[in-house]
Amino acid sequence: MMRRLWITLTYVVVTLLLFVPLYKIFTGAWADGVSGFFDALLRTQSLHALKMTGLIVVIVTVINTLFGVMLSIYLVRATWLSPLVKRLSNSIVDLPFAVSPVIGGLMIVLLLGPNTVLGTLLGNVGVSIVYALPGMVLATLFVTFPIMVREVMPVLQEIGDQQEQAASTLGAYSWYTFWKVTWPNIRFAVMYGVVLTVARSLGEFGAVLVVSGNIINKTQTATTLVYQDVENFNVVAANGIALVLAAFSIMLLLLMEWTKKRKEVH
Amino acid sequence: MNSLFRSRKWSYSFRTIVFIYFIGLIIIPIIGIYTQSFSTGIASFIDNLSDPLAWKAVLLTLKLAAIATLINIGIGTMIGWVLVRYDFPGKSIINSVIDLPFALPTAVAGFIILLLVGPSSLFYEWFGIDVVFHEPAIVLAMVFVTFPFVIRGLQPLLEELDQSEEEAAYTLGSSKSRTFFQIIFPTMLPGILSGAMLAFSRAIAEFGAVVLISGNIPGKTLVASVYIFGEIESNNPQGAAAVSVLLLTISFLILWFIHKLNRGGQA
Amino acid sequence: MHIEVKNLNKEFGSFHAVQDVSFEIEKGKLIGFLGPSGGGKTSILRMLAGLETPTSGDIYFHGKRVNDLPPQERGIGFVFQNYALFKHMTVFDNIAFGLKVKKQNKAFIKERVQYLVELTGLKGFEHRYPHQLSGGQRQRVAFARALAPEPQLLLLDEPFAAIDAKIRTELRTWLKDMISELGITSIFVTHDQEEAIEVADEIMIISKGKLEQKGTPWEIYKNPQTPFVASFIGESSLIEHIQCFKGYEDVSKSDGIKALIRPEYVEVGKPGEIVLASATMDAAVKHLHFRGSEWMVELEVDGQKLITYRSLEKEVLHPGEKVKVLLHRAYLFNDDKSWILENPLKVEPLPIYI
Repeated sequence: MMRRLWITLTYVVVTLLLFVPLYKIFTGAWADGVSGFFDALLRTQSLHALKMTGLIVVIVTVINTLFGVMLSIYLVRATWLSPLVKRLSNSIVDLPFAVSPVIGGLMIVLLLGPNTVLGTLLGNVGVSIVYALPGMVLATLFVTFPIMVREVMPVLQEIGDQQEQAASTLGAYSWYTFWKVTWPNIRFAVMYGVVLTVARSLGEFGAVLVVSGNIINKTQTATTLVYQDVENFNVVAANGIALVLAAFSIMLLLLMEWTKKRKEVH
Repeated sequence: MNSLFRSRKWSYSFRTIVFIYFIGLIIIPIIGIYTQSFSTGIASFIDNLSDPLAWKAVLLTLKLAAIATLINIGIGTMIGWVLVRYDFPGKSIINSVIDLPFALPTAVAGFIILLLVGPSSLFYEWFGIDVVFHEPAIVLAMVFVTFPFVIRGLQPLLEELDQSEEEAAYTLGSSKSRTFFQIIFPTMLPGILSGAMLAFSRAIAEFGAVVLISGNIPGKTLVASVYIFGEIESNNPQGAAAVSVLLLTISFLILWFIHKLNRGGQA
Repeated sequence: MHIEVKNLNKEFGSFHAVQDVSFEIEKGKLIGFLGPSGGGKTSILRMLAGLETPTSGDIYFHGKRVNDLPPQERGIGFVFQNYALFKHMTVFDNIAFGLKVKKQNKAFIKERVQYLVELTGLKGFEHRYPHQLSGGQRQRVAFARALAPEPQLLLLDEPFAAIDAKIRTELRTWLKDMISELGITSIFVTHDQEEAIEVADEIMIISKGKLEQKGTPWEIYKNPQTPFVASFIGESSLIEHIQCFKGYEDVSKSDGIKALIRPEYVEVGKPGEIVLASATMDAAVKHLHFRGSEWMVELEVDGQKLITYRSLEKEVLHPGEKVKVLLHRAYLFNDDKSWILENPLKVEPLPIYI
């Protein structure tokens, strides 16, 4: 009897908090009809913003997957690191999760902005970081860094290094062992990490807003465009972009759940 | 390929690049912000912090995040319990949907709240309550964004609980409620606590969802992250850095607590 | 001399796991490292494999110093205690792994894997995955995999520890036969003395990081060189005052001499049963334990405990019963030396009960 109560309450909460918002976003976009939706989407700034978001997502995911997997391997398996360094690094890896995105953006502006030493140095060579793509990529790299490491490390720890030792006695060196023995074991954890990283980079807002300056048609992303549209009371346009983002998010959510199941099988 | 990567130089250069990336991306910026905030001296650091807007923003953030966390503990424990212990239609869909806040951009979340309870929404028409541009909106945003933490924190612990532990308690004469409080609850508690701490930490850092719906009224609905943003836009990076340092230190302390909690659980 | 180890040492921080161990092993021999857990046997094995580096000391294969060679280049086969099979590969791919690394051609690999699959009795299982196999089958895959690249040295780390008792005895015999058929130098680590005695050509007793003795199972049993070895093999009773026993009254009291007495050398019988009555003395039966194929008898002689076995054919004894006991042989030792003393009162040759 209590059971029914709790289950019903659960349904109510989840519907209100999650299902209703989803529904609203899907219907709100068509407030001005189908043409209104497409108009908003096909504006030059919309296309540019979507392109920027896409670029950032791809670059950040590729880089953080590569470095994330490597760092995980080092932090779990490397004999050339002292346990103290490993423990310390392990704690440091989590830090970006505790940093507010705005602060993340601030850090990059403080270190590489046009008023800093490094910033002017790079500016003289023609490379601008802040208020340009590199800065936005950097900010997103910072924010999504822990994701892959946090997914791969536990798996490496759990499966142990015996299989890799066996491979070494059979004549295999690091690269061969990694591809044939380690990778099959971490495959799904990495996939899950990729999906999470894509979702997070797609949705990154605060850090990018600070670093990019949100310059329309130059450094705007989909999320900062939504923000701008809301500030300009252009709700239907904002809704359109938000809908596109939400649609991607749902696909990512489905992917997330699918890979989550696969990574727990073994 | 094998022999190409076998050479010592390759493994040394891999190692160096990865660690330069790690140190350059994470450690240096964090150190950087601590040094920058003190760059004009401790006195100005304190000045920046004592700006009433600044500390009011911080206090507001902490207060609202605490409320949001408490709400999440309540709802999260219930939902986590229901998902693990009961079977019902739609269970796996609900279990998957729980992760939605992790997948949805925070700005979109804020936008949705605006649509749902904002001035032109059905909710406002029906209830006439001003949610947006008031504290409840911020709490709502925080609850949404941190919703999965407590649930995902306690689920694995509850799943791991061996049914025989409960059965042993019953055979020894323990009532259902006693068993719950003395056997089941203590097992869930570390998960609830670490989930709550993660939720709190995330809530005080939240920006995207909040900035769209809070109205950012100084002293009333201006949270720390938005204050920092404001200071950056007004070309006061030192002020922004000072409050950032405060916020960061609080977050790091919480993170450290969580580590300790997890370490204790594994010992 | 195939394997030579000189002054091998391994320290983990302040823990001295392996202390100054030196030995030689001939080609084709099957050696058992026997000793209590934590004694250093596995460390030595792993240092031979190159999976761990010695703190000091040298290892030679065929006269060549291999300290600096990684496991990939030592030409060894290693069988792990938990098999360490590649979970994502079939039996066939697991066994073929070492050959694929060496880039052998497909036909050769197929032939060799087939040969090994038949040798290890795994025919029909080539396309199964490790989680679809029983413990014994997985162990055999681990053997086949280690043997595929034709190593010059086979190392096995407690290969039967994780296997059911009944399968264990079958696998043991199978392993010994297979290794002698292949003629490959092999070393295996175990803490089960029955296993070591049954399988190995020679045993090395290793305890607390030190090599206590090396020899054939019979040598070690007959001539233990240290008290540890004497007490480790078989079930001896420790006697503080050997002088209480008939025939051993003359043993010096002042040198701190103790004795280890094997149950095989203790003859117990009802008054009149034992032929050499003059060499017997009185004892009381404290406990009896039925062991399935014989009785284990706990005796008390002058306040000291002795253990022996009694055949089921003979008349049953009872607790508290007064019986006669004859000590055939005792292993005496103190801090300086150790030796075996036959009971001087025995004048006729006696069949030895084992």
